[in-house]
Amino acid sequence: MSVGANPLRDPQDRRLPRIAGPCSLVIFGVTGDLARKKLMPAVYDLANRGLLPPGFALVGFARRDWADQDFAKVVHDAVKEHSRTPFREETWRQLSEGFRFVPGEFSDDRAFDKLRTTVEELDEARGTSGNHAFYLSIPPGAFPDVVGQLKEHGLATGAGGSWRRVVIEKPFGHDLASARQLNDVVSEVFPQEAVFRIDHYLGKETVQNVMAFRFANAMFEPVWNSHYVDHVQITMAEDIGIGGRAGYYDGIGAARDVIQNHLLQLMALIAMEDPTSFEAGNLRREKQKVLASVAIPDGLNLHTARGQYARGWQGGQQVIGYLDEADISRRSTTETFAAIRLDIENRRWAGVPFYLRTGKRLGRRVTEVAVVFKRAPHLPFTQTATEELGQNALVMRIQPDEGVTLRFGAKVPGTAMELRDVNMDFAYGGAFVESSPEAYERLILDVLLGDPPLFPQHEEVELSWQILDPIIKGWAANGRPDPYPAGSWGPESADEMLARDGRTWRRP
Amino acid sequence: MRIDLTDVTASAVASALLQARRRAGSPAMGMVLTFVVVTDEAGHADAMAAAREVSTEHPSRVLGIIRGGRRGRARLDAEVTIGQGASGETVLLRLTGGLAAHPVSVATPLLLPDSPVVAWWPGDAPDDPASDPLGWLAKRRITDAASATRSRSAVLARRARHYTPGDTDLAWTRLTPWRALLAAGLDQHPVRITGGAVEASRNNPSADLMAAWLRCRLRVDVEIRVSRGPGLTRVALHSAHGDIALHRPDGRLALFTIPGEADRPVALQRRETAELLAEELRRLDNDDIYEDAVQVLARSTPGGRQAGTPRPTESQLATTAHAARKTSTRRSTKPATAAPRAAKATPRRGAKTTAQKQTAKGAAKKAGTKKAGSKNKKAAKKAAAS
Repeated sequence: MSVGANPLRDPQDRRLPRIAGPCSLVIFGVTGDLARKKLMPAVYDLANRGLLPPGFALVGFARRDWADQDFAKVVHDAVKEHSRTPFREETWRQLSEGFRFVPGEFSDDRAFDKLRTTVEELDEARGTSGNHAFYLSIPPGAFPDVVGQLKEHGLATGAGGSWRRVVIEKPFGHDLASARQLNDVVSEVFPQEAVFRIDHYLGKETVQNVMAFRFANAMFEPVWNSHYVDHVQITMAEDIGIGGRAGYYDGIGAARDVIQNHLLQLMALIAMEDPTSFEAGNLRREKQKVLASVAIPDGLNLHTARGQYARGWQGGQQVIGYLDEADISRRSTTETFAAIRLDIENRRWAGVPFYLRTGKRLGRRVTEVAVVFKRAPHLPFTQTATEELGQNALVMRIQPDEGVTLRFGAKVPGTAMELRDVNMDFAYGGAFVESSPEAYERLILDVLLGDPPLFPQHEEVELSWQILDPIIKGWAANGRPDPYPAGSWGPESADEMLARDGRTWRRP
Repeated sequence: MRIDLTDVTASAVASALLQARRRAGSPAMGMVLTFVVVTDEAGHADAMAAAREVSTEHPSRVLGIIRGGRRGRARLDAEVTIGQGASGETVLLRLTGGLAAHPVSVATPLLLPDSPVVAWWPGDAPDDPASDPLGWLAKRRITDAASATRSRSAVLARRARHYTPGDTDLAWTRLTPWRALLAAGLDQHPVRITGGAVEASRNNPSADLMAAWLRCRLRVDVEIRVSRGPGLTRVALHSAHGDIALHRPDGRLALFTIPGEADRPVALQRRETAELLAEELRRLDNDDIYEDAVQVLARSTPGGRQAGTPRPTESQLATTAHAARKTSTRRSTKPATAAPRAAKATPRRGAKTTAQKQTAKGAAKKAGTKKAGSKNKKAAKKAAAS
């Protein structure tokens, strides 16, 4: 046996899970909502599924006067409340030995000195071997500070074969210029391949299944083009309002918050050509090609719509309007609903508009991609028989109720020839104890494994901003968003926008 | 919704399924496989509960088959359940009288079209599951040597000798977390392993498989020692720098030892049957690694085995299995070598219906290739051993 190749591993042995190598995860902003509700439970769930290395360590960094035990208590509560898998004392014991907490401000040199010694102590005591991932769960304004400190205190580069990675969350800037600036800050310290931008949507099983659906099947590909597809609708609707996120949301709005990352990424996956392989570089190249060929239609008022939720009834509850939310200015022009039309100018998609919409306080929580097909060129039926017949549609339901729906016409039972649309549904299996991992589990594991296909790189981010910037700029110069009652499907201007093209929104 | 049917035929059961699905608003479509559970009166409640739980991850039609006494009139009773917390359909079939000897006649009309069939024996299972009539229907046959009522190691060894691609055993599934940690240990410390030891309660089939796997992969002697349990308690890989070891005395928390580093606790709880089954159903192709392991096992246990018996030819055996595997992968890509076996397989496959007969040639060729692969393997091994 040669030293180096592990004889216990075999590519044929697909039962063996990928366990991350020895490493630690350092979370900045560990007191935040995301850390408590998503990151800590995801770390625990990974440990519970046996996917973390035995010596894994979790380091918290925040402006709190905590000792390691206080931190452990916080993690314990977060895990108990939010983890997906059942709480097991054994898993907890394994994990909790690796908890460390470093109190301090981002500008505090002593705190980063302490972080450095902590990390070195972990290498010694837990065998993390100099491999550390820094998760910046903090406002982008604090990035330069933290990243600079990491560099200054020698935390940004590992010795020998060890790695250092940095994980950043959206928003990746608020326009092209700021995205570039942010990238400059991070890339000055960390090399491109060590930067992991988390778009949790891409970690979802159903989003990954879009690729399986498109590239593993023979029967959808032939119709996946402008000869058969009339248009595509991508919807991400939320039923909640902005909640306590006024500070983050006001001034950002729906387009920057959702379209720039989630919806454009979904669109790229739906529209891209087949990648040479699922290796990160190949996948990214295809997505970039799609984003680069996007054209914004002339006449922004005609092909985009934006709205702001007003008071109303949503799901049986009376809710307040956006302008009445706490900490929101009465004159805020931030949109909570955005719908845009994009055209992809390549051979496959020329002439097929992609309609993207997202909003808060809409009818229900749903994310889906609907590929709507052209009508049959000739219908050998009487006009009355096909009155109720719509267009065929293939709907990928991303969440909730993950699955695929095929919508097509069928005969209504009875003597007369009468056609009507029916649905054929496929549902993915439900949530089993060990399977169906949360998006964050998948993504954190990928960060620790150094597996980048699901993380957008800065080129994709910049291309997305190039698409969105003119639209947002146009809106800013053009009055206020249209109010829509909470619990509806958006402002009338959104319906008018599609009516101009002779189409209607699908009710998701 | 539950429907009880007494003294019926399989087609009545099939139409009850259809009706139930319609009445429930057709919730059960999108099923991916038929899961045949071969059970008995005493064990069916637990087995069906586990199968239903698995159904949430792998929506399936679960056919529980209870073969009753052979005396009396041939009779089929069925309980059809749809919905009620499971995402597929469940049918419990009781076969009595002359029918007990012909379960395939009941199962055949109830299999989902075109989807794989998986058979599971939660308790005692045939020594050669692939030649069992119900096992023959299945693409994957899951046995559990640990639940055998007879001597478990011996049961496992007998099954190993009859191994056919598609066979698998939950004793092997139970090892996955152990194997993952050992592989991770060796990832971290790529040292040369000179030997190994496995400790487990007496007659533990998982321990036999673990030892066989290690012998096969590392080509070293692996000793099996008896401990007080529960289950597998310790696996150690010896090296010049010390042991890479996993020690789990209480069936829950293990201590992970790596030379030169502090011991670390690792959660390594024993998993529920439903979790084990879910892992099995995640992939339905042949498990080559298991195949290698059982073949090492089959050759090292001529008859039952005493724990701790020295096995002088082990490293030799391991090498053989490795060579055999190479041969088989090479051979199985060549359909020409499958010809003699394919001819033999045709009548068995073709005996069903005329429609099938026409397609039997293609099917037999496929089956033949597989079988021929394993047969060649055996031949190659014989040649290498002599």
